[in-house]
Amino acid sequence: MSDAQGAGDVILAVEGVTLSFGGVRALNEVSFDVREHEVRSIIGPNGAGKSSMLNVINGVYHPQQGTIRLRMDGALREFHDMDPHEVALSGIARTFQNLALFKGMSVLDNIMTGRNLRMHTNLLLQALRIGPAAREEIEHREAVELIIDFLEIQAYRKTPVGRLPYGLQKRVDLGRALAMEPSVLLLDEPMAGMNVEEKQDMCRFILDVNDQMGTTIVLIEHDMGVVMDISDRVVVLDYGRKIGDGTPEEVRGNQAVIDAYLGVSH
Amino acid sequence: MKQHIGIVSVGVLLLAGLVAPLATGAGTPGFYTEVLLGGLMAGVLYSLVALGIVLIFKASGVFNFAQGAMVLFAALSVARMAEAMPLWAAALLGMGIMVLVAIVIERLVLRPLVNQDGVVLLMATLGVSYFMDGFGQTVWGSDIYSIELGIAKEPVMILEGVFQGGILINKDDVAAALVAALLVALLALFFQKTSTGRALRAVADDHQAAQSIGIPLNRIWVIVWSVAGVVALVAGMVWGAKLGVQFSISQVALKALPVVILGGFTSVPGAIIGGLIIGVGEKMAEVFLAPVLVKTFDLAGGGIENWFAYVLALLFLLVRPQGLFGEKLIDRV
Ligand SMILES: Nc1ncnc2c1ncn2[C@@H]1O[C@H](COP(=O)(O)OP(=O)(O)OP(=O)(O)O)[C@@H](O)[C@H]1O
Ligand SMILES: [Mg+2]
Repeated sequence: MSDAQGAGDVILAVEGVTLSFGGVRALNEVSFDVREHEVRSIIGPNGAGKSSMLNVINGVYHPQQGTIRLRMDGALREFHDMDPHEVALSGIARTFQNLALFKGMSVLDNIMTGRNLRMHTNLLLQALRIGPAAREEIEHREAVELIIDFLEIQAYRKTPVGRLPYGLQKRVDLGRALAMEPSVLLLDEPMAGMNVEEKQDMCRFILDVNDQMGTTIVLIEHDMGVVMDISDRVVVLDYGRKIGDGTPEEVRGNQAVIDAYLGVSH
Repeated sequence: MKQHIGIVSVGVLLLAGLVAPLATGAGTPGFYTEVLLGGLMAGVLYSLVALGIVLIFKASGVFNFAQGAMVLFAALSVARMAEAMPLWAAALLGMGIMVLVAIVIERLVLRPLVNQDGVVLLMATLGVSYFMDGFGQTVWGSDIYSIELGIAKEPVMILEGVFQGGILINKDDVAAALVAALLVALLALFFQKTSTGRALRAVADDHQAAQSIGIPLNRIWVIVWSVAGVVALVAGMVWGAKLGVQFSISQVALKALPVVILGGFTSVPGAIIGGLIIGVGEKMAEVFLAPVLVKTFDLAGGGIENWFAYVLALLFLLVRPQGLFGEKLIDRV
């Protein structure tokens, strides 16, 4: 568990968010907040609305009701109908439940794309690799190499990601998000489908990112052992509603949460 | 396995068609080579148009029916502006116009229709196509105009030592092929070596992921349509210099449709090789197959150039729907 518990100010606030797809209420007046530097987990049974929550924060979906606020320049500011790319520009990165890597590109290029929003030199200079463009490319390349070392995927730098085993692709997905140097990192089931060792590695990476870079983590995960182990606070969703919110201990003892997981009827 | 048999037999058929005229002595080697080169030249133009279509399809999933109209519009603009200024200035200004066209299309057509079905977007580009055909004539006129590249038109005789009678070849054809090759090389450099190129490849691979790392789709669309516009301009200038700038360009450019079916909608090399195959194929068919049809079946034998490309594309659809280099289309269930 990171030692940031309870420390930071609120960096991200979800307030009364309702999201419907036709008749399906994926999210029903959900509110919670995320504090700076914490590991905040979202759990819940399949179809509870976890990914939908992430997609709302990320700007993929715009909720019918409610707001998302993010700390920018010292104050909480409302996201108003932001596109994913605008959300990215304001410092939120994410990974995907179903891998969404650029399959035709190498590991290195995939992670380099994460630096794109930080590149500013013009096209001609880029193509010719001269002047400021050369310097910029080298700078970003160095940042990317650090991430590759950190994630222990040096051996696969030039491999097209489509050819990597699943567990490594998940790492590249994380690497691409890290390359953006986000202040908040949204992770949608980063350990799904992994074996025990791979999960341990991924946990270590997430905690290191949280500790060393001070990145705030919002984590969706089904493995309760992992969640209880690394989270500072946990939100529990069920059928689109928030049914629990607190430290791992509090959530574990919450009757509504126990019922939801045991499938007690509502 | 069955798939392989299909594609191999089409390949064998094409190869047989390619060597048959030589083997049967239907033409002298010199004449044969001339036909071959003529086909390659036409093919280069098809390739350029197909290239524009593939670029747009990869980045935005839109089949741009208006690519041919863009070729005509660009050629018209350059030809008419060149009457008042040097050609290079007209070409540069023409590029500016094509970028403007890209911006307008993104703003007025793509952005409002984002997330609509592919069919809706196809219809929209069909509309754009007719609009540009007409609007070009409204602005620039509907006569036949010429573009003078300043390269001598008279053919030169080459390889007189190799073939009896040598080969007649046009200098401007050679120049056109070089320009096309240069353009493709520049595009490759742009896609592989610039961060914008990397962003374009990213968008082509996965829209959602690309957006989530801060790549703005709207700007990418403008860039891709601008690049396709510049490609159209080069094709239009080469074409216009050869045959004159006239309305039929827009129609002939539709041959790019069978080309992308052949090469694959998402493949740049496919567009280029597909264009060359169709260019050579239809010339060969016109010159060498037509007389055979006339003799054996007593047909009139004309017009093969009009249907050959489409029949070949149909054959490909049967044996390899994703095209030579395209990704396999699998419907997600
Ligand atoms: N694009 C969509 N269109 C229609 N319904 C959707 C869409 N996305 C999600 N839903 C529905 O919203 C509900 C919540 O889905 P969501 O993917 O958020 O669940 P989840 O908690 O992430 O589940 P899982 O653990 O299986 O990933 C489900 O009923 C789902 O079918
Ligand atoms: Mg989910």
